[in-house]
Amino acid sequence: MSDSPAIVHGAPTEAGHSHGEHPAYQRHHFETVEQQADATNFAMWLFLLTEVMFFGGLFCAYLIYRNWYYPAFVSASHQLDVRWGTANTFALIFSSFTMAMGVWCAEMKKKGGLVLCLSLTFLLGMVFLGIKTIEYHEKWEKHHIPGIRYSMQSFLNPASDEAAAAYGDKPLPLDMARHTEIYFFLYFAMTGMHALHMIIGIAILGYMIIRARAGAYTTGHVTFVENFGLYWHFVDIIWIYLFALLYLISRHP
Amino acid sequence: MSATIISLPDQSTARIPKTNFITKENGLLSWLLTGDHKRIAILYLISITFFFFIGGALAGLIRLELLTPQSDLMATDTYNKVFTMHGVVMIFLFLVPSVPATLGNFFIPMMIGAKDLALPKINLLSWYLYVVGGILVIYTMASGGVDTGWTFTTPLSTHYINTNVMSTGMAVFIAGFSSIFTGLNFIVTLHKMRCPGMTWFRLPLFCWAHYAASILMVLGTPVLAIAIVLLALERTIGIGVFDPTKGGDPLLFQHLFWFYSHPAVYIMILPGMGVISETVSTFSRKRVFGYTAVAFSSVAIAVFGFFVWAHHMFIMGISNYAMLVFSLLTMLVAVPSAIKIFNWTFTLYKGSITFETPMLYSFGFMGLFTIGGMTGVFLGSSGTDIHLTETYFIVAHFHFVMVGGMLMAFLAGIHFWWPKMTGRMYPEKISQLAAVVTFIGFNLTFFPQFILGTLGMPRRYAAYPPEFQILNVFSTAGATVLGVGYLMPVLYLVWSLKYGAIAGDNPWQATGLEWQTQSPPLTENFLVTPIMDHEAYDYEWLEKQQAKEVASVG
Amino acid sequence: MSEQHEHTHHIVSPKVYVVILLALCVGTALTVWASFLELGPWNPVVALAIATTKAMLVVLFFMGVKYSTKLTKLTVISGIFTFMALIGMTLADYMSRAWGRW
Repeated sequence: MSDSPAIVHGAPTEAGHSHGEHPAYQRHHFETVEQQADATNFAMWLFLLTEVMFFGGLFCAYLIYRNWYYPAFVSASHQLDVRWGTANTFALIFSSFTMAMGVWCAEMKKKGGLVLCLSLTFLLGMVFLGIKTIEYHEKWEKHHIPGIRYSMQSFLNPASDEAAAAYGDKPLPLDMARHTEIYFFLYFAMTGMHALHMIIGIAILGYMIIRARAGAYTTGHVTFVENFGLYWHFVDIIWIYLFALLYLISRHP
Repeated sequence: MSATIISLPDQSTARIPKTNFITKENGLLSWLLTGDHKRIAILYLISITFFFFIGGALAGLIRLELLTPQSDLMATDTYNKVFTMHGVVMIFLFLVPSVPATLGNFFIPMMIGAKDLALPKINLLSWYLYVVGGILVIYTMASGGVDTGWTFTTPLSTHYINTNVMSTGMAVFIAGFSSIFTGLNFIVTLHKMRCPGMTWFRLPLFCWAHYAASILMVLGTPVLAIAIVLLALERTIGIGVFDPTKGGDPLLFQHLFWFYSHPAVYIMILPGMGVISETVSTFSRKRVFGYTAVAFSSVAIAVFGFFVWAHHMFIMGISNYAMLVFSLLTMLVAVPSAIKIFNWTFTLYKGSITFETPMLYSFGFMGLFTIGGMTGVFLGSSGTDIHLTETYFIVAHFHFVMVGGMLMAFLAGIHFWWPKMTGRMYPEKISQLAAVVTFIGFNLTFFPQFILGTLGMPRRYAAYPPEFQILNVFSTAGATVLGVGYLMPVLYLVWSLKYGAIAGDNPWQATGLEWQTQSPPLTENFLVTPIMDHEAYDYEWLEKQQAKEVASVG
Repeated sequence: MSEQHEHTHHIVSPKVYVVILLALCVGTALTVWASFLELGPWNPVVALAIATTKAMLVVLFFMGVKYSTKLTKLTVISGIFTFMALIGMTLADYMSRAWGRW
């Protein structure tokens, strides 16, 4: 019973604070650095869980309408350029790789390598967003923005549309053609939400590059880089699914 | 009611410890920028009480309007706005954060022997998000309100209504993130911050209940967020996912909405159940009967909670087969809930029960929650639900669970931990009176609504046929009594801040770690990190501990 | 705190990352190629199977779940479980609506 909790009164003494030398980055309420790293890492995973459920609602909507309006979804998906989509998938996969290497560099305390890897990740993220902008712009020009600027021309008369003609799409009945708008809404909602995550990620990457150049993260405290890595890989995973679901519904002519 | 377990220090010599988390720093900024979980809990307590009384005032208006069969106090569309705002305020700004953000925030770190929650800044952020959500709700009310009902049912909310759906939706979205961050923080804290010796099965059941509720907050709330985002897009640019004319399905919104909002009722009730486990044990001087069963029943409620949501949609046009499955699964939730009630009852059996205020509220909880839960079974079975849904039976059911259950538990918890939070006792006699008044007022208000519901009075109408008047008059009269019951604690608790008796460390002779330190606690909670060397609710350990103290002082 | 002994800070060798990168590239090429084939109902199955394999590689190696604690693994699994509950139970309603009334 000697080690039972003591009933405590009065002010904490200075002695209460001075035991053990803590590194500067250890917050006062943690006992050890490992505890702090574990806790923040776990918190990041839980945050990613909330992200899974957030996207879950969109995936749910996608699956329902894809089942209901399959022909509309096929024709509408032909309007996306599979080459851009593939390029973007490669960009994100490579950025995930450079991010993983960045974490490795931080753990091995290689400052130069870390800055290089983060910069490459930053760059690949920008490439992704650049390509996405081109794609969005094309949708704007072809009047495929649901709710704001929408025309069913490409689906009622596919011969008039280059992309549709290339896949030999047959004209959809008006009733089905109208439902392409739901496909495009889901396309914009899902890729838009994904792009928003990319933008946030890139902003944090920029901040991290500046900090890494000043020598942060390579002194043994790698939690921030690790946790950001988890976020970045998660964004990559979302895209892997979006690519399969939005671009690759059915491409055979 | 002569027997009591209260043991206070000698009032002539006792004083509040000079250094504690309240006196540590002064000034408004030291509160607004604090990372201390106890201060954030106090901030939450103040803001939640504020919104509770706004929601309460709206409830008063509803009951006044329903005093007479005609819609005479307010126009019917005003009435719609009043009950909608009542729902939004009470659910998102009071019930969801009530126990977790105040008592949970304050006591979870103390119960597990930690200095703080794992993420103090996120905890503060969560409070600020709550405040932003609250301000948006107030803005909504000031600029004309919203009349969709708190469920934002599509297509009503997207196509037919031109009130402030957007600002309310944004408020709910933001308040939702506040709740996500609270839940996330609790899970991380319970996993990573426990003191040496504090194994999972030595945790107070309060912690288990919060753990289960936090799982629901983290996994459920994001789905509400995306549902609200889609609703907002449907309203603003007409994207068509919820619009039947464009091929969308309005029911999809309800699926997503109830995927959160059904588990949300467990977010609301589970922490309350955690409070009851603590009070029932303390005031019958017994370890909670079937500790493990009660702990796992919390988790079971959380897991089952994700599989029952469509019972809110039985009359909305979901498939017969889904209805059958959801109806069966709903019955499953009754099992862990009943386990809890039975185990509390067995805890009372042969215990030395005393009737201090927290215990009175706990008895109120157990009785009213049981009635609320049993009527839930009526509503869970699809056959009776089709008859009873959208009547006052529903209203009575969820008020029995939420107000009779959760609010009673909240008040039980506030009274139980008030001495620890403030260092002073509340006045016992008047608070016992308040508990009794609340119980009587509550039953008078809501029991007639069960009868009204079975007679077929629909909810959400300002006017009703004259034959329902007598029961409505009872209900309104009860609401007045209930209002008095809720005002009393505010008055005497504020009074006790200055004039209450000094409580000392452990006025209830309770066993939790939070009682083994000074009241109000230090900012660091414990001078030395405690070591847990006994099971939870071990009253023999406490006796030995106290005997040792006396010996060492003597 | 009581779980900190589980914290094994495993540093994955860059060679593993390169192998995973190559596997992901192959997977991407494969899924694009498969979408041009006429597979009937198997098209979405193949696409989702490849996507899931890729996602698993990212989760297990890039995110390091393979080398992490049971708690992290449980967290990932519970996320997938709840996601499946949302999708599965909702779709169950939509699918069975087509069966009509009994």
